[in-house]
Amino acid sequence: MSDIKTGAETLITALVEQGVEVIFGYPGGAVLPIYDALFQQNSIRHILVRHEQAAVHAAEGYARSTGKVGCVLVTSGPGATNAVTGLTDALMDSIPIVCLTGQVPTHLIGQDAFQEADTTGITRACTKHNYLVKQVNDVSGVVHEAFLVAATGRPGPVVIDLPKDVLMNKTDVYKKKSDVRRPSYKPRMKGDLAQIEKAVEALSQAKRPIIYAGGGVINAGPAASQLLVEFTRMTGVPITNTLMGLGAYPASDRQFVGMLGMHGTYEANLAMYNCDVMLNIGARFDDRITGKIDEFSPNSTKIHVDIDPSSINKNVLVDLPIVGDAAHVLEDMIRLWRSKALNLDAGALKGWWEQIEQWRGVDCLGFSQAKGEVEIRPQHALKRLHELTKHRDDVLISTEVGQHQMWAAQYIGFEKPNRWMTSGGLGTMGYGFPAAIGMQIGNPGACCIDVAGEASILMNIQELSTAVQYRLPVKIMIINNQWMGMVRQWQELLHGGRYAESYTDSLPDFVKLAESFGAKGIRATKESELDSAIQEMLDSDVMTIFDCCVTKDENCFPMIPSGKPHYDMLLPGASQEKVAAAIQGEGLALV
Amino acid sequence: MSETRTFAVLVDNEPGVLARVIGLFSGRGYNIESLTVTEVDDDANLSRITIVTDGTTQVLAQIRNLLERLVPVHRVEDLTAAAEGRNMEPPVQRELALVKVVGAGDKRVEALRIADIFKAEVVDTGLGHFVFEIKGRKSQIDRFITLMMPLGLTEICRSGVIAVSRGDQAL
Ligand SMILES: Cc1ncc(C[n+]2csc(CCOP(=O)(O)OP(=O)(O)O)c2C)c(N)n1
Ligand SMILES: [Mg+2]
Repeated sequence: MSDIKTGAETLITALVEQGVEVIFGYPGGAVLPIYDALFQQNSIRHILVRHEQAAVHAAEGYARSTGKVGCVLVTSGPGATNAVTGLTDALMDSIPIVCLTGQVPTHLIGQDAFQEADTTGITRACTKHNYLVKQVNDVSGVVHEAFLVAATGRPGPVVIDLPKDVLMNKTDVYKKKSDVRRPSYKPRMKGDLAQIEKAVEALSQAKRPIIYAGGGVINAGPAASQLLVEFTRMTGVPITNTLMGLGAYPASDRQFVGMLGMHGTYEANLAMYNCDVMLNIGARFDDRITGKIDEFSPNSTKIHVDIDPSSINKNVLVDLPIVGDAAHVLEDMIRLWRSKALNLDAGALKGWWEQIEQWRGVDCLGFSQAKGEVEIRPQHALKRLHELTKHRDDVLISTEVGQHQMWAAQYIGFEKPNRWMTSGGLGTMGYGFPAAIGMQIGNPGACCIDVAGEASILMNIQELSTAVQYRLPVKIMIINNQWMGMVRQWQELLHGGRYAESYTDSLPDFVKLAESFGAKGIRATKESELDSAIQEMLDSDVMTIFDCCVTKDENCFPMIPSGKPHYDMLLPGASQEKVAAAIQGEGLALV
Repeated sequence: MSETRTFAVLVDNEPGVLARVIGLFSGRGYNIESLTVTEVDDDANLSRITIVTDGTTQVLAQIRNLLERLVPVHRVEDLTAAAEGRNMEPPVQRELALVKVVGAGDKRVEALRIADIFKAEVVDTGLGHFVFEIKGRKSQIDRFITLMMPLGLTEICRSGVIAVSRGDQAL
């Protein structure tokens, strides 16, 4: 027996079959049939955001913290174009999103109709794939295919553009999830066994090995992180995580040498530079990681595990490529390491660790919050946040973009995956707050904190209204230095201290701002108030902004200036000559 | 070191597929020397795209991987590399061109004589012009065009390169 349904109703049926529980969206003329269908059902909850960009970021936060596909619904024209930044963000960070966009009726497409935009054209470069559905009979099949594409292989955003007449026309065609096939789409999950065998053997011969793990491990699911821990422990090899990979390996573990890259630790970056075998799992040799490319880890054998073949040999030529899912490959590595009874040269490994401990001794994340000092140092604020939350297992952190983001990555330790949500690839200011809303929707009991800058938070501040409407106890901790700190830092180090437009005048009173939305506002300006203010924020069961006023001109160290090799790090309190050296050279032209 | 390669790409014949392929090149600043596309299997709804491109080994590998990553792409074959791998001659490549030559007197006679040498066919003519159809390797057509240039060549239209591998193996 087949039902006759509208395209919109068919769409909802397909979403329910996909297990969608929540959609982040914003209505408009072209999607009214979908809103009408949503209104008449109870399976899917709709969260009304206040800007479509925020809908996508919220879906990202939801997806990253739950491991499910995030779902977005926006109208045609401006609704779709507003979503573009979010889609690009999801593409860069490989986050599974299905974004439904309304479109003008098929007979008006191409006529410059009201609120028409070439959505599939515009989003072609910022999605993993997109669809324009021209017939109501295709709706269910396209939805199932879109979820398959979004969630499998290297995950990413998928857009389904739905003309209004397609949503209103009737059909009795319904393709089930299990009926959908796309022969041309075939992500590789299992890695080539011969390559994996070579890889473990190469690792076992190493004298100075390192494991470098990224967001691919998080995307491969919590099991992949467990396997990573197992493999790292059984080999005794030091491990570093990328910004995207934080939490894939427990930060408190002795074998963890911290985050690597531009603002990574001295020990992680020097271990990368000096290693003889590098095992990269699910990271992509981003320019923020490699620094000067021709001096990147010059003497190592490089093994690269990635689910996306186009990530391999893109920036850095590797010796042993393995295309496959991180969990599958790690499983094979563990099995082979055991069955071949492989071992590293204990003496060499001991020497390597001694060297690493020496680098660790530099204490590259040291900062001075002198006793009795009144002002709050931003690093200290985040360290205190970490101290006051580390005993808990329910804390999820997102960030905006800037210095506060790097300090959060440096001073908050993550013991498990899916606890840390930051815009790594695109570096989108305005990401963190809506992402935290999505995290809270997906994890109702959790403590969801957006570590923000006072400039970034203004980019999606309207979402206070969303959080209050749905009674979400999201916390925003603004590391308020009154500057676009990261911009100011680059201007100080690279542009002779000419601070063009990086100071934000006329900032709002964030406490009153929160209150005007019906949220709670807290402020601390003195170190003596810090702990109680953090605690008050943590204990709050309503939407809360904590305006943490910090020293204004702190710089984020360590730092590898753009275009510099790993050994050329600026450490806290770097000498004037070192800073001056960073100013010169072609690095100035890099971002 | 830059080298030239010919890729054969089998794709689902659906709207947007060509834009995806072209966008992949333009978005990354890769060069397309020639691109042709037409449906080749009506029942399976498949089109075949032939792309001639050049780049470093790394860029060429990247092009291949990025093409394979597109959802509607079934297969990507680097015909040049495959031929090298099998120790064979480069793939069979053909291009078609229509060339209009306008002129009179000696030049007209000379144009006809050269066309004869190249086995180009006259597909349209009047008292003052010829339209030649020539097919062959790209380099052959290039040479024909160079020779026609001083003889009154006014218009060129080329189909772009199509290619298949030599030997009994199929894509
Ligand atoms: C949408 C967007 N616009 C511009 C930038 C460039 N940018 C990077 S960090 C930054 C300053 C951020 O200031 P704030 O939020 O106060 O953070 P802070 O660095 O002070 O911690 C800017 C403008 C960006 N990353 N995203
Ligand atoms: Mg700031």
